[in-house]
Amino acid sequence: MAEEQKTILVADDDEDFRTQLSLELGAAGFRVLAAGSEKEAVALLESSRPDMAILDVMMENMDSGLILSHKVKRRYPDVPVILVTNVVGDTGVYIDLSTRDERSWVQADAVLDKPVRFEQLQREIKRLLKV
Amino acid sequence: METFRVLVIDDEPGMRLGAERVLRSYVVPLPDQETEVAFVLSAAGSGEEGLEMIRSTPPDILLLDHKLPGIQGLDLLDIVARDHRDILTVMITAYASIETAISATKRGAFDFLAKPFTPDELRAVLHKTAKHLVLQRRAAQLAREKRQVRFQFISVLAHELKAPLAAVEGYVRLLQKGLIPPGSPGYDQAVDRSLERLDGMRKLILDLLDLTRIESGQGRREMVAVDLGESARRAVEGMQAVAAQRGISISVEGDPSLPMTADPSEIDMILNNLVTNAVKYNREGGEVTVRLRAEGSKAVLAVSDTGIGMAPEEVGRLFGEFARIKNDKTRGIAGSGLGLSIVKKLSALYGGDVKVESSPNVGTTFTVTLERGNEESTP
Repeated sequence: MAEEQKTILVADDDEDFRTQLSLELGAAGFRVLAAGSEKEAVALLESSRPDMAILDVMMENMDSGLILSHKVKRRYPDVPVILVTNVVGDTGVYIDLSTRDERSWVQADAVLDKPVRFEQLQREIKRLLKV
Repeated sequence: METFRVLVIDDEPGMRLGAERVLRSYVVPLPDQETEVAFVLSAAGSGEEGLEMIRSTPPDILLLDHKLPGIQGLDLLDIVARDHRDILTVMITAYASIETAISATKRGAFDFLAKPFTPDELRAVLHKTAKHLVLQRRAAQLAREKRQVRFQFISVLAHELKAPLAAVEGYVRLLQKGLIPPGSPGYDQAVDRSLERLDGMRKLILDLLDLTRIESGQGRREMVAVDLGESARRAVEGMQAVAAQRGISISVEGDPSLPMTADPSEIDMILNNLVTNAVKYNREGGEVTVRLRAEGSKAVLAVSDTGIGMAPEEVGRLFGEFARIKNDKTRGIAGSGLGLSIVKKLSALYGGDVKVESSPNVGTTFTVTLERGNEESTP
């Protein structure tokens, strides 16, 4: 039986990364909802339920990804979230999921540092979607 | 208030008690460093005992008798100079023997004190030593902070250089996998974006070289008569084509000729950065105005735009290196994040500064003030 096509929300204000990721995910058989800002992502979440969200941490707000991740989890508790972050940003915000405490604060199932190789991201997607 | 630990090593109990009594209530005021120093004393009657104390709790200052039973003062000094370089040692010599003093200083003592000495002499030498120690520690602290700032700068720089590489690499991989074949809509976009990102990277490297050159004070500065009016018109001309694409008009107002003494390439850098920003952060069909006027010995150069403007908290971060304002309105606007930092550093070279006035969605004015040098009279 053919698997139902999964939908992934990609929120990133980096136009290049967003375009590339959308193309890669599309080629891997996913449907992609792309958002270029926290605001756009919120709007998309209002109208549709993705099967997974891949969120950039710093967009128009320093913690856009964290806010979005909370929103995703509150609305759709079963939807896995991958945060994609720059280790060195303008603010030096660094997110680490190595301790239980940090995991409970940051509501994400995985955190990947940029630059992310698509193969690495794909492994996480497969693990979290169990496909 | 800082407290320094002083260890007295002397075999005469009277000396140890005397030093204790003098220093117990002594406070060195150091108004230049906005601090004062008090002392906590401990004492040892022999070199061996003293060495043990130094090893378990190293003092800041050591008052060391030259003539000791057992291990000698100068030998102990050698050990301290070798193993505890941050301890300042004051050698106590039995006679006002200049040889001993010189020998001690050569072997690492900071100062010496000849026996018998008065309480005032002891206080004077402690004053000098404490002051030196405070200055030395402040200098070390500054050096540490400087290294830290440099490390942060390099970290951010590395990140800023890696970002365009990752973007271009991403497109090349897509091309390699055949996911955007030539002729498909994504193909042109991938190629154009790659070129844009490479261009941005080149601009960053050039800005970085400018910034480094300005900061280091290296490189030849060619100070000649420069007409600011002419430079402004040239900068505007250079941006005209880009501005026209978005229907933005640029005009130069005020003194048509404003002579000053400057390095023309530095003036061009200031103007180009400001005019480029005024176009980049403008709205479609907006305006850019460059105003020039003389104000006594100063040249005042104001560049205004009718663009997106900034909130007060954004203005505050504007001149930091790599401080790019990130919001909905600045999305898709490329920049190295070094331009304004360069403008500010250059203005300082001309005894001037940069001021910013901005309101969101109305526009921003950058006003640069420069000393005109000896080119004060208008021909």
